[in-house]
Amino acid sequence: MIEQIQPALVIARREVRDQLRDWRIIFPVAVLTVFFPFLMNFTAQQMLGFVNRYGADIIGERLIPFLLMIVGFFPISVSLVIALESFVGEKERGSIEPLLNTPLKDWQLYLGKLLSSTVPPLFSSFLGMSVYLFGLYLQGIPWPEGRVLFLIIILTIVQAVVMVSGAVVVSSQATSVRAANLLASFIIIPVALLVQGESILMFWGTYSTLWWAVGGLVVLAVLLVRVGLAHFQREELLGREIDVLNIRWIGRIFWRSFTGGAKDILEWYRLLFGVTLRRLWPAILIVTLLAGIAYLLGTRLISQFFIELDAASLAEFEKRVGMLVQAWPLFEFKPVLAIWWHNVRVLLAAVLLGWFSLGVLGVLPLMLSLGAAGYLMAVLSVNGLPTMQIVAFVLPHGILEIPAAILATASVLQMGAWMGTPTPGKTVGEVWLTSLADLAKLMVGIVLPLAFAAALIEAWITPRVVMWVMR
Amino acid sequence: MIKAEDLTKHFDTFVAVEGVSFHVQAGEVMVLLGPNGAGKTTTVRMLTSILVPTRGRAFINGYDAVQQADQVRLSIGVLTEHHGLYGRMNAEEYLDFYGQLYRLDAHTRKTRSSSLLERFGLENAYRKRLGEYSKGMRQKLALVRALLHDPPVLLLDEPTSAMDPESARMVRDAIVSLRSKDRAILLCTHNLVEAEELADKVAIIRQGSILMCDTPARLKSTLLGPVEFQATLAADLDGWLPDLPPGVKLIGKGHNWLRFQVDHPEVTNPILLRQMLENRLQVITFQEAPRSLEQAYLAAVTQADEGIQND
Repeated sequence: MIEQIQPALVIARREVRDQLRDWRIIFPVAVLTVFFPFLMNFTAQQMLGFVNRYGADIIGERLIPFLLMIVGFFPISVSLVIALESFVGEKERGSIEPLLNTPLKDWQLYLGKLLSSTVPPLFSSFLGMSVYLFGLYLQGIPWPEGRVLFLIIILTIVQAVVMVSGAVVVSSQATSVRAANLLASFIIIPVALLVQGESILMFWGTYSTLWWAVGGLVVLAVLLVRVGLAHFQREELLGREIDVLNIRWIGRIFWRSFTGGAKDILEWYRLLFGVTLRRLWPAILIVTLLAGIAYLLGTRLISQFFIELDAASLAEFEKRVGMLVQAWPLFEFKPVLAIWWHNVRVLLAAVLLGWFSLGVLGVLPLMLSLGAAGYLMAVLSVNGLPTMQIVAFVLPHGILEIPAAILATASVLQMGAWMGTPTPGKTVGEVWLTSLADLAKLMVGIVLPLAFAAALIEAWITPRVVMWVMR
Repeated sequence: MIKAEDLTKHFDTFVAVEGVSFHVQAGEVMVLLGPNGAGKTTTVRMLTSILVPTRGRAFINGYDAVQQADQVRLSIGVLTEHHGLYGRMNAEEYLDFYGQLYRLDAHTRKTRSSSLLERFGLENAYRKRLGEYSKGMRQKLALVRALLHDPPVLLLDEPTSAMDPESARMVRDAIVSLRSKDRAILLCTHNLVEAEELADKVAIIRQGSILMCDTPARLKSTLLGPVEFQATLAADLDGWLPDLPPGVKLIGKGHNWLRFQVDHPEVTNPILLRQMLENRLQVITFQEAPRSLEQAYLAAVTQADEGIQND
């Protein structure tokens, strides 16, 4: 094993030595490592003084680890630049080809570059965090607890791996550093949003909630590394010569996958059910399982957030359902379209989230919806509502809506899985287009019609069934 | 040592290489001649296991280029079109780095680097940053890198394109020396003089296909017709013309020279020379008229163009 890793270490050593000789890398890293933590120390001191004056101790207490996280984050942001330079820069300068002619395996080259792009910025990040903590010590400000320190260190490492492995995926689609830098916004923007999200969790949530973020990032990092490895192939690295937006090519690939070569709509549906759905089965099973877990977790929330419904509340609820029946007359399409559009928006959000996160975050809308549904069902059940009534709220339209949502989410998950599967002879873009076409096929052919039928039932039938059952 | 069988590479709808076959034995230099975009680089990349052929197979030193890529890469030394040096390293570090990737031990890395650098006149630039190297020096160092692990097969893309005449001679001598040490060498070049000097075989590649592959002499004979001889005299011919024996054609004449195209020089040249001497013509020289590989190459390309037009 060590013998196998040895060439990767040779690559990493060379790259690190190269970085240490490049003032464009050393200068910002040194500034971020040595001076920035002092600035954060100063900020911490001022902020603590300010918030303590108004008795907002909790903000001060949260601010210290938050600033530690920021101090750790800035140096690792350099890893993105290093990774882009390392992967695409080498391609652009033509120095990758001699390397590809050596007996190095693709994964060894990938690992060497991953290490060289991750380890020095991480080292600098830890150095910066140490300087910050030393500054706190000098100022007499207490350090965050050990478990928080550990959490932030793990978070920093995982973020660095996510950024670098994301950069590799971007690099495989670019032939110049310029193009890669433009594409890097696909990493910077989500990571910036992520850091904001983590900050929110840190200030308003509990520290343990951040472990969920760590878990999600680990999954994403693993997937990104897998995608990088799947597409970091000699053929693909040297097969592309220019970055040209070829709309016709994009259209051709998409259309070919979308139609699947079908000559008419019947054949298209036959292929959709025969090939596309069959291919989707593992993803459907996983999503169904996740949906079940989310529902169960939702029901368990009742122990933490109990709501008591009195008779007046139930009467009020019945009154509102009655109003709904009047407001949504039979065969009136306006509410149907409103419900349908709402559901489609949620599914599109899942697609968008899944697109950025290789399917990982794509499961969130479904899980959150079913978690909320589980909680509501539990509230109604605990308050003594008969099962029949509870089922009446969901079943009529849910029988179509839930499978539609599961299918759409499974397709998003499948998109991520495909990106991480080696596909010799196909670029990341080609794989992505093919999986997008499959998603579109499923949406147009099954999910949207199912969601529309569900909306029809939800607007015209469900309120009436609920009224009937409640009476 | 190098064997290509029906090598074909398609990129989507673009046909980069189509049905390329050739064989280079140990101690042989084959030159791949062709314009830019003819498919030379793609062919080399298939031989080096970087690109997977759409069809066909390639063998390097007996190893299959697809199935045994690792052994193939250990068996080849490649000089690529882009030299791919790292500007912040010096030659010592650079060669040591590549030596490690080729699994050479520290002692071998050091001794081979030193002797190769000395052979190519780079011994004084051993510790100089590669960013400060001239174009020719970079090319020489890239060649040193290709030879570092002493591979039995060499694939060299334009090995002397950026060099001054002295360095180019040094590299050509090195290639000749490697050939004599039973290395199989595939050379891609636009330099027809160099090709003529070094090639045991020449393959003319155009639009992804090999038009012809043979020894330079046979290529010239096929493309430019039988061998030509020119007789130069000390005085005017005064209208004298020889009785041409069968297999000889007069293809040019001047006031004191004659040029013949000869099918069997060993038979007809003595007859022609005897006629001249019997007629008391003072012959200064009677020698084969030089015909360059360039003429043959251009003739091949013209024939191919005409073929395409006729199709």
